[in-house]
Formats: sequence, structure tokens, C-alpha cells
Amino acid sequence: MDGIAGRKPALIWAVHLSVALLVILWTLPTFGLLVSSFRDKDQLSVSGWWTSLTSTERNVMVRVPAPNDDGAQVLEGSVYVIAGNVFDEGGAGDISAFGISSREPGAYEAGEVVTTKDGERISVQESGDYRIESDVEMTGKRGQRLFFTVLEPPLFTLDNYRTVLWSEGIGKSFLNTMTVTIPATVIPILIAAFAGYALAWMRFPGRTFLVAMVVGLIVVPLQMSLIPLLRLYTDIGIGKSYIGIWLAHTGFGLPLAIYLLRNYIKSLPKEIIESAKVDGASDFEIFVKIVLPLSFPALASFAIFQFLWTWNDLLVATVFLGNNEEQLVMTGRLRELLGSRGGNWEILTASAFVSIAVPLGVFFALQRYLVRGLLAGSVK
Amino acid sequence: MEQLLLAFGSMALGVGACVLYFWGSNRLLDLALPPRSRNAADNIRRANMIRPWLFLGPAVIILSAYLVYPVFNSIYLSFHGRSGDVYVGLDNYRWLFADAGFRESIFNNLLWLVVVPSASTFFGLIAAALTDRISWGNIAKSLIFMPMAISFVGASVIWKFIYDVRAADVEQIGLLNAIVVFFGGEPQAWIALPFWNNFFLMIILIWIQTGFAMVILSAALRGIPEETVEAAVLDGANPFQIFMKIKVPQIWGTIAVVWTTITILVLKVFDIVLAMTNGQWGTQVLANFMFDWMFRGLDFGRSATIALVIMALVVPIMIWNIREAQKDG
Repeated sequence: MDGIAGRKPALIWAVHLSVALLVILWTLPTFGLLVSSFRDKDQLSVSGWWTSLTSTERNVMVRVPAPNDDGAQVLEGSVYVIAGNVFDEGGAGDISAFGISSREPGAYEAGEVVTTKDGERISVQESGDYRIESDVEMTGKRGQRLFFTVLEPPLFTLDNYRTVLWSEGIGKSFLNTMTVTIPATVIPILIAAFAGYALAWMRFPGRTFLVAMVVGLIVVPLQMSLIPLLRLYTDIGIGKSYIGIWLAHTGFGLPLAIYLLRNYIKSLPKEIIESAKVDGASDFEIFVKIVLPLSFPALASFAIFQFLWTWNDLLVATVFLGNNEEQLVMTGRLRELLGSRGGNWEILTASAFVSIAVPLGVFFALQRYLVRGLLAGSVK
Repeated sequence: MEQLLLAFGSMALGVGACVLYFWGSNRLLDLALPPRSRNAADNIRRANMIRPWLFLGPAVIILSAYLVYPVFNSIYLSFHGRSGDVYVGLDNYRWLFADAGFRESIFNNLLWLVVVPSASTFFGLIAAALTDRISWGNIAKSLIFMPMAISFVGASVIWKFIYDVRAADVEQIGLLNAIVVFFGGEPQAWIALPFWNNFFLMIILIWIQTGFAMVILSAALRGIPEETVEAAVLDGANPFQIFMKIKVPQIWGTIAVVWTTITILVLKVFDIVLAMTNGQWGTQVLANFMFDWMFRGLDFGRSATIALVIMALVVPIMIWNIREAQKDG
């Protein structure tokens, strides 16, 4: 293969570049989310994440202490002065411009002195120090408003994660998702393994029909099952509960599980199973002692599939679980946040990243099994 | 925390019950029909008739309850009123075909069915062909494959951030609008842009599914016999001709598999539309339309009818799959 790809260096470069472009296109969206989730929320809302390493320009307004406040106004020689720093309340950065009315928030350069119509002289330095001077004593219950454009250094923080985990309910939803996922991944495996063995190595009437049925059921749309099962659950009193969703995920995952495991078990060498039978082992013993240990790769493939599917599922969880604190899973919570916190990207990005972190970890750690499962699972 | 204990407890209980069932039922069978006794041959024969059903029992019961019964129950419900008790004849079907929302959904679904499988397969094929030729191909593959692990809702958040729009006079924080503005364009509310917004939603699914197509197609490309390629090289074919005329024709079967698998997924896709637009601005699709009538319309008859339409669209693929599987034996 290598020799064919191209003796021509230009072609090889084109290949490298195209792949690089594809990789960038495919990773950039996730990367942007990740970077954004660590940014300071004020910076995140005014500048793109690709600028996160440069300083951010932000327009800010502060109100300086009112002249009537105690100690706000000081007499220096013959002038009355109100002075301080615009960052007294927090923040940092370099000020490039300032203004005294909301219509012209950046009318003057830092360091300039502005005279108002009341005769007050106002200046704001680059460092944020401001000074208001007046020849007569200033009065008023409300302080002067100062608008300024500040160049803030990049700020990265874990605050967004703290907020979503503890006060936006993502932490609780994380546990709920785990509660759904773990049993829903483990329970179908054993059931499917026994069925797969029976369909692969046991002879009985109706086997061909059952195999065809399993293959057919793989593609049955979930939508089909929702209403009948919802009604059934209400009738027999399962209602909206974890047991209901575990069974539902088991049911929906079973056709693929049986199909994968049956194909794998059928591909095991015939001699092993037949010689065990000659030695007098029963089907049950053969299954437990020989087939199950040999099928580990197929079991792992299916487990990853089912894990990713149940972890990422929204539909089944919305239908079979309640919309309350005890049962709302992460995908459901994320969808709610998209509705209620649509503009708060610091919350959305951090929440989304918490919810995709686990599947991404599983994906990168166990990719080998996932690929093998995909190759075996796509019905030929 | 209690909940996790509950989860682990139930898991242990569920697995325990399974083990107990399989072990116990097999043991009972051996006791009832002992293989070492006077009429051993008879017993073994009879036990062998029963045993497969012990192995298959739980699977058959669960499959029947969760997938087979609902098909028939949905057909029944589609002829009944909103709570499923009153017989209404063909009313639901008549309503469906007259409904504007349904026509919009069908139209959009057809659009999705045309665009998403072809685009994903196309990009997947390109990615597979290119990554197989370079040293860092495996890393590239795993990065392109990565979105596969991300949930549809998570992907929706990621892309909604890219499509984010701000007023024209402030800095854009959505990547797409920032690029548009950089080149002198006007920022757009992409997901509210009539007709074209469908494509912006489709991009999300294409982004997720390309990795899947790539993995399967790359395995197929590697399975192509070397001799065919070498012969073409000797005949003076250039790499592009080799790919289009020698390699692609040999993997048509796999391309079809990838195509149908993504097609089925497209028919079921609902999370993306729900999270991005909830069917507003002309983006409704069947699966979300059905969900709407179930959850907000609270009309079981109508939503069962919509579910049957989705089912009907899947049936041809289902039959084809069964035929192919039977050929393999």
C-alpha cells in the first residue's frame, strides 16, 4: 500500500493536509466547548473562545461613592476631591478609554481630564485610579457613574464547574445517570449470552425463525414501544421508576446483544464444543466453563455499546423517568438548561462537558472493543 | 449515594436472579430427567428438547414484551382515541394526512434521509481512504471517531455554541458568525433561518456519524485483495483512478450497510431537533412530532399512528437485513 500512495511528494502533502483539515473540523467544536467551560463567565459572554489567550476588551460601568456618603469627599487645599480605583470592588486590567454617560461610554482616553457642565473635573488613569475634583462642595445621594473600557488579562477558572455541580443540579443528575446506566448495562449481557449460545449451538425447531426475528427487531424504532409500555407500566404499577427504565433499556438493547453474541459464539471452533460434549459435559457446563470465558471480547464490545447508549440516551429516560430531582438524568438536565439558561454559556459548556467526559473516557480507553463491536454489529 | 447503592444492589440482585434462574432451571431439568438412569437415551433426548427454551426463556419473554407486543398494541391504539379506549376507525390516519405538521415532518425527514446518510458515508469514505495512507492515521481516525461517544444533547450544546448569534455591533462568540463577520458578512440566527436551518441541524448528525462510517469503511478498504490494486498500478492508473474504479466498486456491499445503518438512525433521531429548535422554524421531524403528541398533546392514538409511520419506513430495511442474515446462515 505504502508504495502506491504516492511517489509524488506533492500528493503526500495533499493527503496530510486534507487529513489535518478533517481532524481540525471534527475536533474544533468539542475543543471550543472545553476551553469555554474553563473561562471566566464575564469574558466568555463577550469574546469568542479562540481569543481566550489574549486580553479581553470589556465595557464596564461602576458608580463611585456618592458625595453625601461619609468620608467620600475630601478637601485638599481648596478643591474637593472624590478619589479611588474602579477596581475597588474587584477585577483587574488596563483601562484604555472611559466616559461619563451611557451614550458615550468610551469618549475619552485614559488619563484625559473631562470637565462636566457642573464644573467637575473627572479623570481615569490606565491603572483604574479615578479622581473627581470640584471647586465647590459636591452634593448628591448618588455617585457619579463611570464607564470604561478595560483590557482584561485572560482569566481561567473552575468556578463554572463548581456552579453546575453543586447548584445547577448536574452533580445529582450525574448520580442519577450512573444509577440508570450500570444495571442497564450489566443485566442484558447474561440474558443475551445464554440466548446467543442457544441460537448458535443448540438444535431445536424454530431456531431459524428466532434468529430472523432477532435480526428484524434490531431496527424496530424505539418510538413504537414507548406508548404501549408506558400504559403497561401504569397498569401494572411500575410507573416511573428505576426498575422500569432498567428493564426498558434491557429490552431495547437485547436484539443487538443477542445478534452480536450469537455470531461470536458461533465462530468459536466447533471442535472445542464437540469434544466437551463427548466428554459428557452438559450444555450448561459447556456454556459456563468454555463459551463464556472465550466470549470475553464480544461481551466487552456489547457492554461498551450499551453503556454509551444508555448514558447518552434522552428519549427513554424522558419517557420512563420522572422530571424530578431524584430521577432527572444528565441528558434531561442538559436539555432543560438549554431551555432555561440558553444564554448562560458558562453553565451550558461546563454542564455539557461533565456529561460527555465519562463516555469520552470510556471511548478512548476501550476504543479497540468498540470498533470490533461495530464491525461485527453492522448487519451485513 | 443511597441511590448508587440501590443501583449496585439491584444490579447484584438482577444478576443474581439471572444466575439462579439459569443454574436452577438446568439443575431441575437434570433432576427431572436424569441423564444417567435406566432410560438415559430417552431422558437426554427429551432434556435436549426442553433445554434450549430454558436458555432462551428470559430473552424471548423480554423481547416479546418490549418490542413485539408494542408493535401490535400500537396498531390497536392507532384506531383509538386520545386515551386509547374509544374506537375511532381511521380518524387518526385521516387527521395525520391532513395535518400540516405531519407534512412538514415528512418533508424534513426525507431531506434528512437524503443528506445525512450520503454526507456521512462520503466523508467517512474520504477519511478512511486518506487516513490509511499516513503514519499518524490512527490518531486522526480516533479523533474523527470521537463524536460517536458524545450524546445527541451534548452535541447539540456544542453546536448551538457554534451557531450562537449576537447583535451585529458586538463581538460574536459563536464561531460560525465570527467567521462570517470576519469576511464582512452579517451575523445570522442560523437555527431560525427557514429551510436552511434543517441543514445546520443535519451537520450535527453528520459530524457524529462520519466516524462510524469511516471505521467500517476503513476495515473494508483494508480487506481489498492487494493483487487488484497492484494490477491497476502496473496498468498505469493514478491513485484517484485506483480509488474510484478499483477500490470503491469492491466495497459497495459495505457502503450499503453503512448507508442503511445511518438511515435507520436518521429515522429515529429526535434529540437533536428537540434540543436545538424543538421543531420550531420549520425543523420538525417525525420522531419529535411523535414525541410532541405524546408528551404535550397527550394523545396516544395520534402519536401511535405517527410511530407506525416511522415503523413503516423501517420495514423495507428490516426485511432486507433479515434476507441478508439468512444468506449467511
